[in-house]
Amino acid sequence: MSKYVLRGVAVFYLLAILLAPLGLVFYRTLAYDSHEAWQALTNHDTLHAFQITLIAAGIAVPLNTVFGIVCALAIVRGRFPGRGLLNAFVDLPLALSPVVVGAALFVLYGRTGWFGAWFLRHGIQILFALPAIVLATVFVSVPFVAREVVPTLRELGDDQEQAAHTLGASAWQTFWRITLPSIRWAVIYGVVLTTARCLGEYGAVAVVSGNIEGKTQTATLAVQDFYENLDHAGSYAISLALAAIAIVVLVLMTAIRPRESAA
Amino acid sequence: MSEGRRLASVAAPRLVSRGSAKSALPLGLTATFLSVVVGLPLAALIASAGHWNVVTSPECVAALKLTLAVAALAALANAVLGTLTAWVLVRDDFRGKSALNAVIDLPFALPTVVAGLLLLSFYGPQSPVGIHVAYTRTAIWFALLFVTLPFVVRTVQPVLIELDVEMEDAARSLGASRFTVFRRIVLPNILPGIFSGFTLAFARAVGEIGAIVLISGNLPYRTEVASVFIFNHLQSGDPSGAAAVAVCLLAISFTVLLVVGGVRRRATRHERDV
Amino acid sequence: MILSTKLMDNVDQKGSPMPRTARTLLCLLVAGLVCAAAASAATTLNLVAYSTPKPVLQKIIAAWQQTGQGEGVDFSQSYGPSTNQAKAVIAGQPADLVFLSTGDDVNQLVDAGLVDSKWDEQGYSGIAADTVVVFAVRDGNPKHIKSWADLIKPGVQVVTPNPFSSGSAKWNVLAAYLAQRHLGKTDAQATAYVQKLFQHVVSQDTSGSNATNTFLSGKGDVLITYESEAINARLQGENIQYVIPRQTMLIQLPIAVMKASANKNAANQFIQYVKSVPAQQLFAQYGFRPVNKTVAKEPSVVKEFPARPGIYTIDDKTIGGWRAADKRWFNPSGGLMEKIEQGVGGPTSG
Repeated sequence: MSKYVLRGVAVFYLLAILLAPLGLVFYRTLAYDSHEAWQALTNHDTLHAFQITLIAAGIAVPLNTVFGIVCALAIVRGRFPGRGLLNAFVDLPLALSPVVVGAALFVLYGRTGWFGAWFLRHGIQILFALPAIVLATVFVSVPFVAREVVPTLRELGDDQEQAAHTLGASAWQTFWRITLPSIRWAVIYGVVLTTARCLGEYGAVAVVSGNIEGKTQTATLAVQDFYENLDHAGSYAISLALAAIAIVVLVLMTAIRPRESAA
Repeated sequence: MSEGRRLASVAAPRLVSRGSAKSALPLGLTATFLSVVVGLPLAALIASAGHWNVVTSPECVAALKLTLAVAALAALANAVLGTLTAWVLVRDDFRGKSALNAVIDLPFALPTVVAGLLLLSFYGPQSPVGIHVAYTRTAIWFALLFVTLPFVVRTVQPVLIELDVEMEDAARSLGASRFTVFRRIVLPNILPGIFSGFTLAFARAVGEIGAIVLISGNLPYRTEVASVFIFNHLQSGDPSGAAAVAVCLLAISFTVLLVVGGVRRRATRHERDV
Repeated sequence: MILSTKLMDNVDQKGSPMPRTARTLLCLLVAGLVCAAAASAATTLNLVAYSTPKPVLQKIIAAWQQTGQGEGVDFSQSYGPSTNQAKAVIAGQPADLVFLSTGDDVNQLVDAGLVDSKWDEQGYSGIAADTVVVFAVRDGNPKHIKSWADLIKPGVQVVTPNPFSSGSAKWNVLAAYLAQRHLGKTDAQATAYVQKLFQHVVSQDTSGSNATNTFLSGKGDVLITYESEAINARLQGENIQYVIPRQTMLIQLPIAVMKASANKNAANQFIQYVKSVPAQQLFAQYGFRPVNKTVAKEPSVVKEFPARPGIYTIDDKTIGGWRAADKRWFNPSGGLMEKIEQGVGGPTSG
């Protein structure tokens, strides 16, 4: 009996909080003129915006994957004072309002910023160009891989690694042959989360990108742009495309999860 | 890239070395990357913070109170309902369970701008289900529930999977009630997970803006959250006041992350001792 | 498993696979930087503008590119909240010309040494188009809103953006005050009116367009907004009506060329075109009041944009220009609006 109550509560909670709003977006978008929506989605600037988003994600995801693994190794296997500090520090980007991240990048790379003047003198545009979008995206997506890998590594213990070591394997060999295969699902799950975060970043990018159409506008900025210009069909269409990507990501995650728990 | 090469060349001669050197390298890399990508902007932020009196202005105090209270309430609600959901997903079995499991990560996968639009159309004046709570504090709470839902579920779930059912069965056969079994056996084991999920959810909620900004109405003293307050100050030409408030929020989140990290470590150590 | 064997193969064949990953990363990074660098080609004008005139500016640009002067000139367009845009330009966003929603934002650029201080001595005082503060109301105006006094009647819900983040909200606040002063109220009475008005405010969005969206989604009885924004919403197919109060504020939208622009000539030619008859007619079509006298006298324009007994500018003596208004009203610590917000929502109602 209580089993059904629990099940009912859980299912209702998820339906009410998560699924119903999502379903509504699909419904609303489909209610608009599909031709108009399609045009908004396939116009040159929108496609370019998706391209910028993909480039930023393409740089941020590999970078944060490598970092996340190394960082997790340092946190779990390392023995040094302040590990707790490092652990908390890695999670910080999660807690920081993205707008503030953008503002901080302003202080660093603005015309009168710490490094901004130097870069401008050498003709390198950081703010309002791809580099700033990438920097902002990397910042906000730092925690995910590390956060997924840390618990897995902890659970794993280092018996196998010690054994490999005793048998004469180098640190590299141990890592590639023993550690990485064991944490691979955690890494992949982390990569998926990182990708999702990169594709969806808005606040920080909005501040530093300059929102130049066909140049530095990202997909989420395009959503905002269409919304502000009262082109709700276009806004919902791009939202829907992003939501569709999100769903592909979710499907990937479910495909991964069972294996992870089986491993 | 050069780091990679350095890593390779340094790693080679250390075939037999053990212990501290092994952790020195990843530590160095982590520290370098973190300081460039995260540390530098944060340092710039802290350096640019002035006008500390903004933090104690009544409007800011109201915004901070509201933010912390609603974030805590949302994290708390998700600690309870998230644990329950994790329990159902692990111990129960029914049709569509795996689909439900997949849906949990939706807030992670969905861009916050889209989430904002979606929540507004669901809870707004045109709400199809008649829940018209937009532009109230309740709306902020709902938005934060949405955004932070995955954290607790995803930290409790793996622990529950690992948990040995035999122990519970044994306790049950010795006459313990369901509730006692949960309280004495299950809860102590999943508590660290709940804790860390709660903190991450709280930290995330404190900084959230995208999902809130459209739905809250941003009325000063009533529905204006800290991140919107910061945004307004940035806009009105007071970046150093904005930075001061941001640093305060950051300090709060960091402390919570640290404290709960400490609690969690002590809990796991305790578990090992037993 | 598949993944791990692949990785193992790598180890066996090439020794350490790290350099390959590193190379991929490097390539991606370089590709990114090259993309960012290889932006400029022929004459490109970087236009940085506030959000609402996007549809009309795109038409004007297209029309100019049909003329001899504008042929072959590319545009790189950025739209966003006015103050935001001014700040971005100050921080280094490339710009040849700016089109903003307040002279105040252009003054910020003057202070940063980026725009000539004599920008307002150009044609039509540096203004490209005008609009006025209006009340957008629900279909059929069920609450019978006609004047400023109607806004503070019991039960009327008002939507206006936040004056600390939105330029449009600043215009609204000043218009409310100005109207009261010209209705014979004292400074204290007019300020008290603004406070009363804010007691009726049910949503303070971060930007004018967000406020419009909030109103369109069904919140509130009246939205204080630009006439141009209300007409634009209509053109977008929204069911919206608006009332022009008898006392209102003339919103002057400045356009200016940047001192350091590499394409000053082209930028100035474009600005001239913006103020010429064909461009001003486009402005009128999209809901902006033309500054060009020839166009302003056209019968259709006169009909679309009715005159009112009192349309005052920011330089009215009760306000004294943007710099004075900013200091007195919108200073985030100690300005009148801060006190009003505190009086309205303050600790008592918390």
